[in-house]
Amino acid sequence: MKDFGYAAPESLGEASRLLQHAAGSVKILAGGTDIIVQLREGMREADLVVDVKKVPELQELTFSATHGLRLGASVPCHRVYEHPQLVAAYSALVDASKIIGGWQIQSRASVGGNLCNSSPAADTIPALIAHHAWCEIASPRGKRTVAVEQFCTAPGKNVLQKGELLVAIVFPPSLSHSGSAYERFIPRNEMDIAVVGVGSRVQLNATGDTIEFARIGVGAVAPTPKYAQEASEWLAGKPATEEFFAQAGELAKKIASPISDMRGTAEYRTHLVGVMVKRTLLKAAERAKVFINH
Amino acid sequence: MAKKTVVSSTINGSSTEFLCEPRQSLLEVLRDTLHLTGSKEGCNNGNCGACTVLMDGKPVLSCLVLGVEAEGAKIETVESLAKNGQLAPVQQCFLEGAALQCGICTPGFLMATKALLEKFPQPTEHDIRFHLANNLCRCTGYDKIVKSVQACATAVR
Repeated sequence: MKDFGYAAPESLGEASRLLQHAAGSVKILAGGTDIIVQLREGMREADLVVDVKKVPELQELTFSATHGLRLGASVPCHRVYEHPQLVAAYSALVDASKIIGGWQIQSRASVGGNLCNSSPAADTIPALIAHHAWCEIASPRGKRTVAVEQFCTAPGKNVLQKGELLVAIVFPPSLSHSGSAYERFIPRNEMDIAVVGVGSRVQLNATGDTIEFARIGVGAVAPTPKYAQEASEWLAGKPATEEFFAQAGELAKKIASPISDMRGTAEYRTHLVGVMVKRTLLKAAERAKVFINH
Repeated sequence: MAKKTVVSSTINGSSTEFLCEPRQSLLEVLRDTLHLTGSKEGCNNGNCGACTVLMDGKPVLSCLVLGVEAEGAKIETVESLAKNGQLAPVQQCFLEGAALQCGICTPGFLMATKALLEKFPQPTEHDIRFHLANNLCRCTGYDKIVKSVQACATAVR
């Protein structure tokens, strides 16, 4: 690995100043499970690595039924899926956090880091889109927010400018009779990259038979993870049945513009979007029927 | 060359200070500086699990941790398992169950298994396969490893 300097700031202000004023290229280290590999293999370069794990705001995990969830950008995945209240309220996020890499990766990797790595196949991003989460970004000039579906701009690229830092991902409250799920298609049981990954969330009416609204996020079938807006909006007011979920899957296929690679052809991936959208909607609806928010 | 940093950690129960460059991984520090060569370098990119150690009780890949990040941390390597020449139960079960051949992956499997059995004292086969998915072995076919973990869970019950 090429030589670099290292800093571990203990406040947001100090981290921002370091990112703003550092000469040369700066890379942020949260869990390190992507960036250390990329630095070692020469895919990215750094003159300075800024380890942000000691910044309190980035380690914050605050949940309340009325205010929702605030997830610091460097909170490791295991803290997400080991949190008993998040399992019911943000199931898609929990599904995604449990499936990234293996256990050793989940001990270190963060949801914020997964977002900032901005892989088209990132597991957490479709789940974040389904949860309607947004990104809180800080710089010495102040704070700004960006919807998760607007955050990634190309494979490995995102809206963060020099001096900016993702502080937290913020989730709206999860409502009664809502449910969500993330699933990915991979040839193995674990330890693989999504051929297609889909996060879906549905809000049902009190009797559980009609969809009030839905949000579907799709990964690995375009240069960035996508919000399947047409399919999501079409579902509002429709019966929560397999037939309508399958039709939403057909609509979601329209946003797929996948590549062909060793994991699957473009045609195969597009077909899988329909399958995975239907499956995750079904699972989300089942969970919605048992989720009563207190 | 970036300045070397003094890092203070607790390694296998002993307070330890070492000097390292920011670019050095914890695995390099353990093996080359501290001469704890039990942790193995397999893929060096986070896929094989041969370098698994416990960091503050959690299994991590020491090739994906910088040595400087170990400041203040508690690190446990495979060298911490046997005491006074006596193998730990997990080592004994791997040995009796023939859960190793060439041995390169074994320290990583042992440390991940230690963490697994602390989390799930009576793991199902699914628990075992799921939690050991980040540890690759090219010799055993995994079945003997899974059976040895089950035997260990029974033995320590």
